[in-house]
Amino acid sequence: MNPESKSHPTEQAEPLVKIENLKKYFPIKGGGYFTGSKKIVKAVDNVTFEIYRGETLGLVGESGCGKSTLGRNILRLQEPTDGRVFFKEENILAYKGHEMRKLRKQMQIIYQDPFSSLNPRFTVGEIIGEMYDIHGIAKGAEKEKKIKEMIELVGLDPSRYHNYPHEFSGGQRQRIGIARALALNPEFVVADEPVSALDVSVQSQILNLLMKLKEELGLTMLFIAHGLNVVRHISDRVGVMYLGKIVELSETDNIFDNPAHPYTAALLSTVPEADPRLKKERIVLKGEVPSPANPPSGCHFRTRCPLATERCAIEEPPLLEVRDKHFAACHYPLEKGQTLKQAISSKEQSQESVTI
Amino acid sequence: MVSAKPTLTGEIDAKPSQGKTSVLKALRNNKVAYVSFWFLVLIHIAVFLGPVVWRVNPEELQAAGSLAGWSLQHPFGTDDLSRDVFARMLHGGRVTLIVGLAAMLFSLLIGTVVGACAGFFGKVVESILMRITEAMMAIPTFFFILVALTVLGTSPTMVIVVIALAGWMEIARVVYGETLKWKEYEFVEAANASGATPFRILTKYIIPQIVPSIIVAGTLTIAAAILTESAISYLGLGIQAPTATWGNMLQNSQQYIWTAPVLGILPGVAITIVVLAYNFLGDGLRDALDPKFVKK
Repeated sequence: MNPESKSHPTEQAEPLVKIENLKKYFPIKGGGYFTGSKKIVKAVDNVTFEIYRGETLGLVGESGCGKSTLGRNILRLQEPTDGRVFFKEENILAYKGHEMRKLRKQMQIIYQDPFSSLNPRFTVGEIIGEMYDIHGIAKGAEKEKKIKEMIELVGLDPSRYHNYPHEFSGGQRQRIGIARALALNPEFVVADEPVSALDVSVQSQILNLLMKLKEELGLTMLFIAHGLNVVRHISDRVGVMYLGKIVELSETDNIFDNPAHPYTAALLSTVPEADPRLKKERIVLKGEVPSPANPPSGCHFRTRCPLATERCAIEEPPLLEVRDKHFAACHYPLEKGQTLKQAISSKEQSQESVTI
Repeated sequence: MVSAKPTLTGEIDAKPSQGKTSVLKALRNNKVAYVSFWFLVLIHIAVFLGPVVWRVNPEELQAAGSLAGWSLQHPFGTDDLSRDVFARMLHGGRVTLIVGLAAMLFSLLIGTVVGACAGFFGKVVESILMRITEAMMAIPTFFFILVALTVLGTSPTMVIVVIALAGWMEIARVVYGETLKWKEYEFVEAANASGATPFRILTKYIIPQIVPSIIVAGTLTIAAAILTESAISYLGLGIQAPTATWGNMLQNSQQYIWTAPVLGILPGVAITIVVLAYNFLGDGLRDALDPKFVKK
């Protein structure tokens, strides 16, 4: 990929979507009928960030970290517990039902599973045509023409207008899902792991299609994924989530070349290198992701962090700008150019000097 | 038909188009249900078109006299009031089946609306509707029908309404369960994300998925409705003489069970076979309409 083709609209861009202190808590019932105490899973816990107009913001994290929940709450497909979501400076969480429905043509979602996200009883034409019907935008021959244009735009054969979803392969179905999401020319699209369910050869096709359409249509995209390499390919900026919080947020190259948060650094060290002669020092995180119903005190990552101290258990690190436009939620962020290994060894040295 | 050719994307089609699999074709796998289906088609043609061909008035006295045996003029003989039994079987069957069908449709309507709304809207709506459903299920159906008919009268419309009101709860529960399942699918959320109204989501996205279950429940409800109509007619609370139904013909015949057994056997056998056929058909459809059971 040509590095110049990647635009960096963050320089002077205005935010299209602003998320402030967004929280989504799920109550879980535990124990017996009388004795059970109500626990709460903080799937999204006090998340604040902005998505700039025209950018692709990649969101990565392990499964269960709340990234899909975050995407759904931004679009109000689930009602957030607390917080505010601004779309073009308006708090959409205050919108009433019919206002929200009207707004929906400007914000869309692409789903992970191309099998359950398409109505099995609708043909391709009907699936895409619904978008025009719902908002009363086009009818009859004009609608059919627009639908066929959309089918062609995503690289399918318009003659398959009358085919049902089960007559397509996974990648083709994902294209139909993309056509549906883009039919009304939305400004903001949440892509919820759009390639995770596809096999690798098809993944790159869909990714390239998304990037092409983003350029052509001037979309703003929140791209959710669990694979770092996928995100690097498509994103202008990347956010890293861990247990319901954003722990690091910066421009893609900053994240990948100079991560500040030890979690990101550890994640990156596990990405396989294309060149087998390049030896990487891999840092394997110890233990499992703690249960989101019972997260550790202070910094959620401290139980697995090689740099953690007592301070991390007491004080929760806020998301701060540690370098220029580089945000991280860590008491001991890595310096620019410092590897996690170096940080670990310098920590050990300083401990030794204390004991001496 | 589209063959498995590579498309613009370079991917191979998942499978060639087969068009919609015919339900009747799938039904053929179940011999009993298949035979039942054609038998019911035959019975409905006979009962609804038969009186056009066999133009004997079912309420008119015949010259052959009462309790006459089989003859060319009266294939099933005559009854105690010298009426033509064959004509009465056709007309009675028509009334019985209309009552069954109408009660079923009305039950389906109530059951689908209640079940779908309860499942889709949840919360308070769900609590209210499902508690009403359960309360209705707790009332012994037959006594409910007897009391209601005694109070409201026994016109055919009332009979239909009362039978329907006594039989919608099972359908409501089936539809409720299915709605709960389908509303979790991503394509339903996608419809919501597209700005579709709840009414549109319910009628265009969820209920069409439940139609197979509703059809199955419908066939089983017809069988139950026919049986109920016969039972209340037998007790004298159903549709009143001189209008013939299979149920009141059965009641009428019991005084002559030893002298003219055929008067009881004919409507009895008719009810039994039709109800059985509907039950078999329902079972067969359950499998035929379930995509998991479709064989190639």
